[in-house]
Amino acid sequence: MVATTLQLLETAPPASPSPGPGGGRPHITIRGLCKQFQGVTIYDKFDLDVPRGKFVSVFGPNGCGKSTLINMIAGLIPSDAGEILFDGKTLAQTKIGYVFQNYREALFPWLSAFANIEYPLKLMGVGKAERREKVQALVDHMGVKIDLVRYPYEMSGGQQQLVSIMRALVVDPEVLFLDEPFSALDYEMNLFMREQLQRIFVETGTTMVLVSHDLEEAVYLADHVLLLSRRPARIADYPLIPLARPRNDQTMSDPDFVALKGHCLEIFQREVRR
Amino acid sequence: MNRDKLLPFVGVVGLILVWYVGYWTRIVDPVLLPPPHTAAAALWKGMLGGNLYHDFIRTVARTLIAIAMAAAIAIPLGILLGASEKLYRSVEFVIEFFRSTPASAMFPLFLVIFGVGDKTKIYVAAFGAALVILFNVAYGVMNARKTRILAAKVMGASRWVIMRDVILWESMPQTFVGLRNGVSLALVIVVVAEMFIGSVDGLGHRVFEAQQLFEMPDMYAAIFAAGALGYGLNVALLRLEKSFVHWSGK
Ligand SMILES: Nc1ncnc2c1ncn2[C@@H]1O[C@H](COP(=O)(O)OP(=O)(O)OP(=O)(O)O)[C@@H](O)[C@H]1O
Ligand SMILES: [Mg+2]
Repeated sequence: MVATTLQLLETAPPASPSPGPGGGRPHITIRGLCKQFQGVTIYDKFDLDVPRGKFVSVFGPNGCGKSTLINMIAGLIPSDAGEILFDGKTLAQTKIGYVFQNYREALFPWLSAFANIEYPLKLMGVGKAERREKVQALVDHMGVKIDLVRYPYEMSGGQQQLVSIMRALVVDPEVLFLDEPFSALDYEMNLFMREQLQRIFVETGTTMVLVSHDLEEAVYLADHVLLLSRRPARIADYPLIPLARPRNDQTMSDPDFVALKGHCLEIFQREVRR
Repeated sequence: MNRDKLLPFVGVVGLILVWYVGYWTRIVDPVLLPPPHTAAAALWKGMLGGNLYHDFIRTVARTLIAIAMAAAIAIPLGILLGASEKLYRSVEFVIEFFRSTPASAMFPLFLVIFGVGDKTKIYVAAFGAALVILFNVAYGVMNARKTRILAAKVMGASRWVIMRDVILWESMPQTFVGLRNGVSLALVIVVVAEMFIGSVDGLGHRVFEAQQLFEMPDMYAAIFAAGALGYGLNVALLRLEKSFVHWSGK
């Protein structure tokens, strides 16, 4: 199967790639998305499908609009035009989670780690006992060994980011967005957090969209890598990463992995030079 | 090093030594500069049952009332202003102008309006402190970390909930900066006001009267009492800030 995919990849990508990788029904459908910043066009009639229960990594040149894309999908910034639907529903009818790159500025330092994690449940009006139970269940499930009574600023960067991931997961979101969540962590922590995220993904089956500027990380975690062009951003390619899960350290030296990564790099460089 | 703990005392001992040297060598007229132990004795006697204690308490009371009034008005107003950029922009100049105006220049005006009693002293001090607090609170609210607001928004918090759960907390360190500056300013204004005609008590009054009567040790004693008060208030607020805004600067 991998071989056939690679053969497919070696043929030149179609002039206008389809918005979706095909197969399975899409979870998020984006049609005709437009966005300008001060007259600069970032997106112009952009179409995209994100398949249900899959992990999509978004990769592209600096400033091409990766963050802008997931921020528009997550409703953090408005789009100028276009439609974004989650299984046919609007954002307001959908539970989502979002993990920011800057965990220091995303967590609430006046709340303990525990209070941070239960905060979204509180917003939903969940009672105290149930909140406690849910957080505890999530902590047990993730096998996290962090003293949650402590405040975020008393924790390491990785622990803080784990807390923010748990805060995003505690409401059982349908989609989890992550914008360069591990880029502020050192390499060792980065590898550890990748494993944690992969485990969560495999166990929960949540649709995940990750923005990454680390190609290895992007390919390692993804079912599909969304390669964006320079702005105005278009889909340069949207290859399937058909490697078995759970992936581990050996995956990274697997010839298929290396070939897929090489392919993505090639597309990326072609787009950067253009 | 344990010795490092003694470092802050070096300056104090140095100051006392210089003072003694100045006294012994008669560089300054001894009538104007009594020896440190005489000033210390006056401070001790004054604070233990003397008039100085009474004046000290009066000044503390005026300063605290002024700061409480200032905080009660300026904190809610600052939140309101900070929450609406348009509103803030429209009154920014007025706030900046009066914040830059020495509050002591307002004193005669307040005297005419409120008479020579306590009210005038307290109101002028409250006026000065309120502007400082107002500016800082509004600034803190406006500069709330964008990411935190977005984080709350993406979790489904309404504007009002974001205000209550995020922005208010975010502005707290800056509010404390305002409170500390406000207290310092209020104390300055109160002490100056106490030197004006019609004052019968307070540290400012005590300093002024001692000078008029040429009772130099009493004057130094009152000056040190005022210094201790200012320092003490600042330390007390820092303590409060540390326990209340534990995350500040981390
Ligand atoms: N609020 C804004 N106002 C004006 N321009 C903006 C704003 N936000 C983003 N931009 C511009 O839009 C473009 C896309 O920004 P975006 O942050 O989405 O890029 P990105 O792909 O995430 O980049 P990076 O790799 O640096 O994270 C950039 O050129 C950026 O300068
Ligand atoms: Mg970005």
